[in-house]
Amino acid sequence: MLVLVTYDVNTTDDAGKKRLRRVAKECVKHGQRVQCSVFECLLDASQCKTLQAALCRIIDLSKDSLRFYYIGNHYHTKIEHFGVKAGYDPEGTLIF
Amino acid sequence: MKHLLNTLFILSENTYLSLKDENVGIHAEDGTQNFLPLLGLESIFCFSYKGASPALIGACAERGIGLTFLTPNGRFLARVSGRSQGNVFLRKAQYRISDSETESCLAARCFIFGKLYNHRWCLERTVRDHGMRADVQTLKNAARFLAETSQIVLKTTELDTLRGLEGQAANAYFGVFDHLILNQKDDFRFTVRSRRPPLDRVNAMLSFGYRLLASDCAAALESVGLDSYVGFMHRDRPGRESLALDLMEELRSVFVDRFVLTLINLRRITAKDFDVSENGAVLLNDRGRKIFLKSWQERKREEIKHPYLQEKMQYGLVPYVQALLLARYVRGDLDAYPAFLWK
Repeated sequence: MLVLVTYDVNTTDDAGKKRLRRVAKECVKHGQRVQCSVFECLLDASQCKTLQAALCRIIDLSKDSLRFYYIGNHYHTKIEHFGVKAGYDPEGTLIF
Repeated sequence: MKHLLNTLFILSENTYLSLKDENVGIHAEDGTQNFLPLLGLESIFCFSYKGASPALIGACAERGIGLTFLTPNGRFLARVSGRSQGNVFLRKAQYRISDSETESCLAARCFIFGKLYNHRWCLERTVRDHGMRADVQTLKNAARFLAETSQIVLKTTELDTLRGLEGQAANAYFGVFDHLILNQKDDFRFTVRSRRPPLDRVNAMLSFGYRLLASDCAAALESVGLDSYVGFMHRDRPGRESLALDLMEELRSVFVDRFVLTLINLRRITAKDFDVSENGAVLLNDRGRKIFLKSWQERKREEIKHPYLQEKMQYGLVPYVQALLLARYVRGDLDAYPAFLWK
């Protein structure tokens, strides 16, 4: 299923900047970055839980927030894109 | 059930692959970079000269992602398989079967029976669908010959006899293969199977498709813990993935032959998608290869019902499922290997 992961990390202090980098890095491992703090990840249920646990360990729950949107398997009809950086279809043909 | 993941194809000649944050970095010549997570990949086919970084090779081996290197023309160079997986008892059982001529034959005849069955299906399908346009009588004769031969195959206990029967059947099949090509007859003719190099367009596509299928089969066998280099019908030879070739026999016509015919008959691929080199070799050019691979991937995602397991799955999972069934046979859980008999 496609999971949309978005986050908001408070970067007023250095610890916050560090958390932001670590959250981004963890997300990069699991999906494609479609906007600055928005990731589309094609995961199965267990991978999704693993990602959630990893992110929750990184963030500071009193300052940052994390949102998961479950778009499901039939996401092609649910996403519209305008503007630059259209991204790729993770289940489409990958030819470079 | 295993989930079918995506395959990454690198077609540009001067692209370099690297590893960054568990992503494949695709560095093109013009400086553009793309990053794809390894998480969603089943295998990588790299047709580039520059290859991949050792870090990426290691990461693929660790995660069981098949990494295959080919020349830009599609000639096979190497496959990275990593540490041996699975159970040592299974592999030992496989070697014991391979060492005994009689036992090998018992296993091999299942592959060959499957091959003939699917060849026959391939011919009969054209008779049924295009009875008005195809040369029905010739096709029916060949199909009957295949049916008779497959009955003899089931009783064969000698490997050499089996190889002879397979040869005859292949001759009969490829002898009428040209009749299956219904459109674009001027550009696509099949006279005889030619390899290394393929001498006409049909052979070029067949060879390319067989290569892709062989890599898929080898990866599937490794993933269930069998040794893809120790075969039953194809005997051991250094560097030859004999068991993958064995497993492939029954899948050839369903996966490749039929697919190539579809591309031609639906005019998805045309004469200008091929290049002819000086020595007469005909190969797919960049455009042609893209069309081929794109359709190949689409095909792999089609859903079918497995004839033996009666379970719905994607086409691309069939080699994996057959490898699992083969492992069960080798382990002794099944009395005979159930070949993939497609209808």
